[in-house]
Amino acid sequence: MFFPISNSHISPIYLAIVGFLIGILGGFFGVGGSFIAGPALRVMGMDWNFAVGTDLAHIVGKSVVAAKRHRALGNVDLKLGLLMAVGTIGGAECGAQLIQALKRAGNVNFVVSIVSIAVYVSISTFMIWESGKTLLQNKRSPREKVKGAKSKQDQSAFQHVTRSIQRLNFPPMIKLPVSGVTISLWVIILVSFVGGLFSGFLGGGAGYIRMPSMVYVLGIPTHLAVGTDLFEIIISASYGTFSHAIKGNVDILIALVMNTGAAIGAQIGAISTQYFAGPTIRLAFVPLPLIGAAIVIYTLVAGHNL
Amino acid sequence: MKTETIKTLKAFVVELAIYAVLVVGYFFLVLRFLGGWLHQLEIHHRYTYAGVAILLIIGQAVVLENVTTLLLRIIRGRTE
Repeated sequence: MFFPISNSHISPIYLAIVGFLIGILGGFFGVGGSFIAGPALRVMGMDWNFAVGTDLAHIVGKSVVAAKRHRALGNVDLKLGLLMAVGTIGGAECGAQLIQALKRAGNVNFVVSIVSIAVYVSISTFMIWESGKTLLQNKRSPREKVKGAKSKQDQSAFQHVTRSIQRLNFPPMIKLPVSGVTISLWVIILVSFVGGLFSGFLGGGAGYIRMPSMVYVLGIPTHLAVGTDLFEIIISASYGTFSHAIKGNVDILIALVMNTGAAIGAQIGAISTQYFAGPTIRLAFVPLPLIGAAIVIYTLVAGHNL
Repeated sequence: MKTETIKTLKAFVVELAIYAVLVVGYFFLVLRFLGGWLHQLEIHHRYTYAGVAILLIIGQAVVLENVTTLLLRIIRGRTE
């Protein structure tokens, strides 16, 4: 099929399958999946700028489907999502400025690659350690199985640090009844700002940073972190899509075709979260940042972007 | 448990088949005609194109989510 906006020929079946796979990942882990979608579009000969902008537009559509499904399951904290969107957009702008500064200095590719590899590997290592430890603790002293809203309450080997952060008394303190957390607004803004900074700096939605930091820093239960992250992504990715579309980097037809596959994949991913406990979801999350790191290492070694 | 899994898988396969037919129809009836108009909009009116792009992707997502939910409800109702 010919897509006139980006002047590219891509099979719609290929696009729908890529969308479907990313949809499953997004619905289950609350990530945008740009580390797969970007290279998947590039492989078909699409220009890098179009791949980034179109991927963002597709992320909006997929996140709407997955967030709607998560909301039906009670996994979205709207208040937290809206507050985080403010910090994310601010952070994304700063990240983009940082990239411009590095471009002027002439070493943008190397710095971004090294930072992203360090970040991806650190997240994966930490999550293996934490979720493995939590699962081991649960095995040694199994909790009684609970159904309904209580089943979403999480256990984490990092809980003592999370509790200390929640006790920081920097007014205004924000009550999040859906997540069962009271925390300083500044901590929420800081966490979302850092997520946005990485999003602007490394590209994509940076769900691989935001979802874990919502669990470990803010103390949000994993299921709610996944759903709320998706809701927040709708807002921040819409902003990114608009910004890229103005610059002529979005082929919305390709995003619409990808979204037909993502719509069904995202629902499967979202529904699947019901069958897994928080630590299991976190352990299954570990390979995602590592895939991102592998792609960056490949681009460094091969000398060109995927 | 096994029968439940088989039922769910059956319902999913039927849903996927119906959904695929609907999506193919959508490709040929809607997206082909939208292509030319969106291309012109992208060349001549970038800001309008940016707004329309977001509305289209969100609108399509909401419609598809409703279609898949409805399909699943109907198919599940029939297989139970």
